Amino acid sequence: MSDHATTPMTSDHAATGMTSDHAVDIDKHVRIYISVFVALMVLTIVTVTVSRFHLPVPLAVTVALIVATIKGTLVACYFMHLISEKKLIYAVLALTAAFFVALLVLPVVTVHDGFWIH
Amino acid sequence: MDIPYTVEIRRDTGLTNGKIGIWLFLASEVMLFGALFASYILIRTGAPSWPRGDTMLDVPLATLNTIILISSSVTMVMAWASLMRGRFGTFRMYMGGTILLGFGFLIVKYFEYSAHFHEGALPSTNNFLAIYYTLTGLHGLHVFGGMAVNAYFWGPGAKLWKTNPVWFTNRVEHSGLFWHFVDLVWIFLFPTLYLL
Repeated sequence: MSDHATTPMTSDHAATGMTSDHAVDIDKHVRIYISVFVALMVLTIVTVTVSRFHLPVPLAVTVALIVATIKGTLVACYFMHLISEKKLIYAVLALTAAFFVALLVLPVVTVHDGFWIH
Repeated sequence: MDIPYTVEIRRDTGLTNGKIGIWLFLASEVMLFGALFASYILIRTGAPSWPRGDTMLDVPLATLNTIILISSSVTMVMAWASLMRGRFGTFRMYMGGTILLGFGFLIVKYFEYSAHFHEGALPSTNNFLAIYYTLTGLHGLHVFGGMAVNAYFWGPGAKLWKTNPVWFTNRVEHSGLFWHFVDLVWIFLFPTLYLL
């Protein structure tokens, strides 16, 4: 697999057997894991600090969700190796994301008269 | 009969069966928590007033739990990386750390719940507390479930390393995917419930 040097290893790399090249790649990725850990800690401090400013609710929600999304993306991409997954998993997640968004939008739609709910 | 495609990759999916299986399971988990987040939005937007989380909940304890859970994600991925390097002893150390951090999370949660119960803040008190206990309770169950699986791989399940190290490494990665998902859910629960 030629992409070892630039993308995190997954079990499918392990499935092909562990070599000394893999060990070198793992060392690189361990450094990435530590960097992500530091970033997550800093973003946690940012989340708590911003909440102390008592911003108006819409702005506070926006900021909190942006920071949480960045943290979630870091976890998903690097710890869960989504940055270098197979197409089938991306397809499953795309379908899941579509239904997830529909679930979250549903309450908004139901509280507004004159659109879907009469 | 042996379980197929635990180590070798299926040509049609490009994945092992365990890998696609855990991601399908996580997709169902996204919908489970998604339904509860949607309930939270509906209840909150429909309420005439809604309390800020930090007026009713313990933010320092929740921040500590955030740090604990993020740290446990790092030890989990390091446990898997140790197996990829062929270092079983290091794997046991990191996996043990992950289990202990999960235990720490639940202990902190126990202190939080105890304080609420002592103050009479029960799920029946108001809608905020009802959705708080539902979301954090379900999340806590996931932490417990993840700890149980990780403890199995740390203990009796680790025998597989001697006979089929690649399969064992794959299993630990799949367990890790679940653990990181539990971390990811908390990353959104923390600001939603405690800070807004």
